Amino acid sequence: MSSENLKKTPLNAVHRALGGKMVDFGGWDMPVQYPAGVIEEHMATRTRAGLFDVSHMGEIWVEGPDAIPFVNSITTNDVTKLVDGQAHYSAFPNLNGGVVDDLLVYRFAEDRLLLVVNAGTTEKDWEWITSLKKDENVTLRNASADYCQIAIQGPKAIGILQELTDTELEPIKYYHFTEGKVDGVNAIISRTGYTGEDGFEVYASADKAEQLWNKMLETGASEGILPCGLAARNTLRLESGMSLYGHELDDDISTLEANLGWITKLQKGEFVGKEQISVLKEAGLKRKLVGFEMKEPGIARDGFDVYSGDEKVGVVTSGSPAPFLKKNIGLAFVPPELANVGQEIRIDVRGKRLAAEVVPTPFYKRQK
Amino acid sequence: MSNIPENLRYSKDHEWISVDGDVAAIGITDYAQSSLGDVVYIDMPRVGDKFAAHEAFGSVESVKAVSEVFTPIGGEVTEVNEGLNDTPEKVNSDPYGDAWFIKIKMDNAGEADGMLSSAEYEEYLEATA
Repeated sequence: MSSENLKKTPLNAVHRALGGKMVDFGGWDMPVQYPAGVIEEHMATRTRAGLFDVSHMGEIWVEGPDAIPFVNSITTNDVTKLVDGQAHYSAFPNLNGGVVDDLLVYRFAEDRLLLVVNAGTTEKDWEWITSLKKDENVTLRNASADYCQIAIQGPKAIGILQELTDTELEPIKYYHFTEGKVDGVNAIISRTGYTGEDGFEVYASADKAEQLWNKMLETGASEGILPCGLAARNTLRLESGMSLYGHELDDDISTLEANLGWITKLQKGEFVGKEQISVLKEAGLKRKLVGFEMKEPGIARDGFDVYSGDEKVGVVTSGSPAPFLKKNIGLAFVPPELANVGQEIRIDVRGKRLAAEVVPTPFYKRQK
Repeated sequence: MSNIPENLRYSKDHEWISVDGDVAAIGITDYAQSSLGDVVYIDMPRVGDKFAAHEAFGSVESVKAVSEVFTPIGGEVTEVNEGLNDTPEKVNSDPYGDAWFIKIKMDNAGEADGMLSSAEYEEYLEATA
């Protein structure tokens, strides 16, 4: 299997040296797991610490006096509510009631915003954003290739990272960030993550990736840190009830259907796609995202059909074993009248319709 | 480098069989478990089910994927390793020992002779894997 045409993060050689099993992820040559295996990596993150290369994500700077009004006009969440050093989860709505991508918006200053977008959609997002810019006084800059991004997640993450920085980490609130030095390297230190655990995402210059990665692994060795691949990243985010673009969100899925009404601030003023979202809301949603748990042995997978009685009523958007909870779980779209906790549904698993039950999300919540 | 015990016979679908009289125990090879990753569930047939050679008799699931498992030889299922689903990780740690999936009473013991030896399977892996 040739990896020649695949994009590589600055940590590619390191992943291979660690025995990473490499796969094509949206055009990127990435480790799906390391020799420890998915379950070990997942459990390490929940009980100790896990280290993730997320350098393939995209970073787009929006700078200038109109930065806030511009970003506010192209996203669902309310950018005017952010303060310096704060980030929020958001989405780019399209003109069909769907979503171009989900993202994090970081406010560095009133005239400096950083948009962090998904790896597989960076180009698409860049084209979309630049096409929406009219005569606003902003400069857009796709700086994705300049950055590496390493996530350190888990109860021991803060202790490990603190050994490498003079920046006081404990006072950084969840979804807040600061600029500092990690192992002497200039970095953005963000208390964010995609695992449901406490932890940080560190952004730095791409040429410092190996140094930072190796230092974090070395420093965290005594605490039992493990490098974690994309498989564990997926089981961790699913257990935490977090959406993945292309599954729970897509060009034809709105934030309202995906249970993301909380990042959809219709009252904030005009924004691209607001009309279509409002029309959808007025008409009433035809489907809602729910979490479910299998009640019979068997594993629901992405794309499996959901049944109520003999009727096909929906589809599984993400399904997998949940290593920490030791259950088989999933997220699915069902009609709103079936979207209640306790509702019995059936999942078609390769021809057998197995019993499942709607449960509250997140499936897993960390101890505070 | 894969572990390939000499006393077993192998299929190109990465199953092994261990023959005792006219009964064959069937499992998946070290190469197969390594490709799959952490096994979490095995979908087994029932005692009495009959299969032709190369027919799928069940499936083995890892966290990320599902793979069908094929019987290299035709016959009737005489035993199913039900307990394996309590400790599916055994498929990864001990694929040739405790982690047999089913035992089949062979219709034709000659089919076992037609399977790959340990050396032939190793050659096959080197050529294709």
